[in-house]
Amino acid sequence: MVTAALGESDLHRRAWDAAARVVDPEIPVLTIADLGVLREVTVTGDGVEVAITPTYSGCPAMNMITLEIELALERAGFAKPKIRTVLSPAWTTDWMSEDGRRKLREYGIAPPQAAGSRRALFGVQEVACPQCGSTNTELLSEFGSTSCKALWRCKACREPFDYFKCH
Amino acid sequence: MSAPSIKVQETPLVLYVLRRADDALILGHRLSEWCGHAPMLEEDMALANIALDLLGQARELYAYAAKVEGKGNDEDKFAYLRDVRQYRNLLLAEQPNGDFARTMVRQFFYSAFADLYWRATMKSADATLAAIAAKSEKESAYHLRHSSEWIVRLGDGTEESHARTQAAIDEFWAFTGEMFAVDDSERGLIEAGVAFDPAGLKQQWLKTVTSVIAEATLILPKNDWMQQGGRAGRHSEHLGHLLSELQSLQRSFPGATW
Repeated sequence: MVTAALGESDLHRRAWDAAARVVDPEIPVLTIADLGVLREVTVTGDGVEVAITPTYSGCPAMNMITLEIELALERAGFAKPKIRTVLSPAWTTDWMSEDGRRKLREYGIAPPQAAGSRRALFGVQEVACPQCGSTNTELLSEFGSTSCKALWRCKACREPFDYFKCH
Repeated sequence: MSAPSIKVQETPLVLYVLRRADDALILGHRLSEWCGHAPMLEEDMALANIALDLLGQARELYAYAAKVEGKGNDEDKFAYLRDVRQYRNLLLAEQPNGDFARTMVRQFFYSAFADLYWRATMKSADATLAAIAAKSEKESAYHLRHSSEWIVRLGDGTEESHARTQAAIDEFWAFTGEMFAVDDSERGLIEAGVAFDPAGLKQQWLKTVTSVIAEATLILPKNDWMQQGGRAGRHSEHLGHLLSELQSLQRSFPGATW
């Protein structure tokens, strides 16, 4: 293995970088690191193990993400990587990076509001339009094209848009 | 050739987990029957999304039941290769969709319970159950908000929507008691802090249900006779029909993959 000559921390860095570049198949501007789905990378004598956490219980993108991580690590020189799913602590949109939020907005999806708390779940939501920035918006549908999105409309610029649900 | 049913060694914990997994699978399957048939596009997406959340919860629970049982069963075998009498879901979950009002009332009664149930289960002494609960509780809260809004809109809507929603409430009411029932197999788990007595959730559930139903100008039935049996495998005739569709591929072509 080419990696044998490298030190442990270099190996860890290489494995993390490879896994962290994997993107969400539904929202290809976000990496799994931006999303907070990538939790941990462990390099041991036997190989590499990656811990990821699912966003929604039934999110079909998780199977694809698992496969993509395996491929990315194999391409980086790690044979037979192990992918482990951890449920606890449960994923929350609070783990999404600032950079990820910016990328989402530029892509045309309103990023989740901070503090994925119970109160926010039942409280009045103020979501800014990712196109024009107006907060004069309305909810069209609590559910959207994927588990993580709701459908909104801007009353200022009239554009419909996806909102990444606070979770 | 038809695939035979599996045998399940139902220790109290395996049974407990299977009961919750079956609730999620069967209700999720019912909701998936709406796909392409919902009254509007937004609701088509909503029902499919809720079904997906429930299916995800079912998979986590089945995987855990398989691990606890340790007899080589897995999530697919639990779903596809158990006969109707081996299913342990609430009778409420298997009731046919009927019209949209019936589907929403069934969902509302269940989600109002699931929201409280998962929140309480986050404190379970069983780390896996607590972790599954922490994910499911957020999803259930969202489902509850969705169905509550529909109950108000339908009840306080037209004469027709009011009448249909009231009829659904009257019919499904007798299935709500099963959610709060406990049998001997669960008492040890309750003592160990793995499970808890759901009777303690009843008042809070009633409070939520009563306030939404009042806002919807609907009324709760006065009778408190409750139908039970699902937890012990005694189901309504509807579950067998549901399973014949859900299981047909794996029963006809055992082990088929694609």
